[in-house]
Amino acid sequence: MILLIDLCYRDGSLSRDEFVAPVERLLCRNGVASVTRHYTAVGASDLDSADAAILCGTALMDTGYLEHPELFRWLLTFERPVLGISSGMLALAAAFGGGVDPCREIGMTDMNVLAPDPLFSGQEVFPAYTVHDYAVQVPGEFVALAASDRCVQAIRHRSLPLYGLLFHPEVRNEWIVERFSRLAGRQSP
Amino acid sequence: MPSGRFRHRRRRGYRALEENNTGRIMKLGVLFSGGKDSMFACWKAMQKEEVACLITVVSRNPESYMFHTPNIRLAALQAEAAGLPLVEVGTAGEKEEELIDLERALRTAREQYGIEGVVTGAILSVYQAARVQRVCRELGLWSFNPLWLADQEAYMEELLDAGFRVVIAGVFSSPFDESWLGREIDRRTLDELRAIAQKYQVTLTGEGGELETFVVDAPFFAQRIAIEEASKVYRNYNGVLRIERAGLVAK
Repeated sequence: MILLIDLCYRDGSLSRDEFVAPVERLLCRNGVASVTRHYTAVGASDLDSADAAILCGTALMDTGYLEHPELFRWLLTFERPVLGISSGMLALAAAFGGGVDPCREIGMTDMNVLAPDPLFSGQEVFPAYTVHDYAVQVPGEFVALAASDRCVQAIRHRSLPLYGLLFHPEVRNEWIVERFSRLAGRQSP
Repeated sequence: MPSGRFRHRRRRGYRALEENNTGRIMKLGVLFSGGKDSMFACWKAMQKEEVACLITVVSRNPESYMFHTPNIRLAALQAEAAGLPLVEVGTAGEKEEELIDLERALRTAREQYGIEGVVTGAILSVYQAARVQRVCRELGLWSFNPLWLADQEAYMEELLDAGFRVVIAGVFSSPFDESWLGREIDRRTLDELRAIAQKYQVTLTGEGGELETFVVDAPFFAQRIAIEEASKVYRNYNGVLRIERAGLVAK
């Protein structure tokens, strides 16, 4: 079971259908069970029963989740696969001490794969949909996996299956979420 | 005032049905074309926030003249049916100028109705969604796309279940012939559309540009629209329903 985390400004917000529901449907179409929780309502039992977690994106103006770093500390000890999408990548990097730099990209942008990884294997350059105001400063425990002309677009923890993507894979790159969920399936007990 | 044509009618905006969360309710403007997607997005926005106005950008491009001539008047009629003010801005309909006109429309909506964000009916168009996102960000406005990547089947079912009444006002692809113009999308028509979507390379919602729609009734309309006189302009799988005369009637 994958725990989907809604980072939007409010539980059940108007942004939910835009940033969370498309990922829920994508997992459902691939036969992957998931449960969704707002980031303010993630409980110990949710974390215990999850094989993996996906942190979904938010609207550009929506940065409220960054004001609650204590609600993302569980990422430090979760140790199972995590995929942070856009704002989710910022939250993941922040939990590991990574800061942010202003970097606005909106629209389709080419991603250049920088380092070998199962998530992007067979790909060198692919176009992806970006909607972000900030890029992450890659934390010391992470490596950069892909970048646009402007900034790092994908990171992975050096020893754990923790991924962050600045672009939105649920838009025109569903294969990345599918690969992640297979990875999560392989690592589940 | 800039060169575009503005029309504002102050009415009280719709409030979300209930405030069941921690944050305050946001005032939003809905980018509105008169078709089902922007109307349904408006309906979705009303469940969560306050819709303060509708915003429409009307093209004066001769290419789209025949599409937009009826809509200029009918957008105002739909806004009246919904009891919402309308911010209407004209544009020459050229690519980059359109963005400037869109920005002008959003600035006006913010000044007149205090909107903090913009709602669109975008489903799949990355190009359109990104253009609106950029303008909103420049203005410091939130951007909402509640139909983004929607499941087409579920969306159409939800649309009919919610009580929307939608008429096909334009066809732009085979196999849609003249007989489709003016047809209401009811259960039977939806079944036919489903069969066509499976057989041909067309989307069920018309998102690929195969169909244009016009909403004559919505759950938030106080009155519905009655089309009293319409003509069809059609040639070789391309046509529009020109609504010559329409009015509001009790529901």
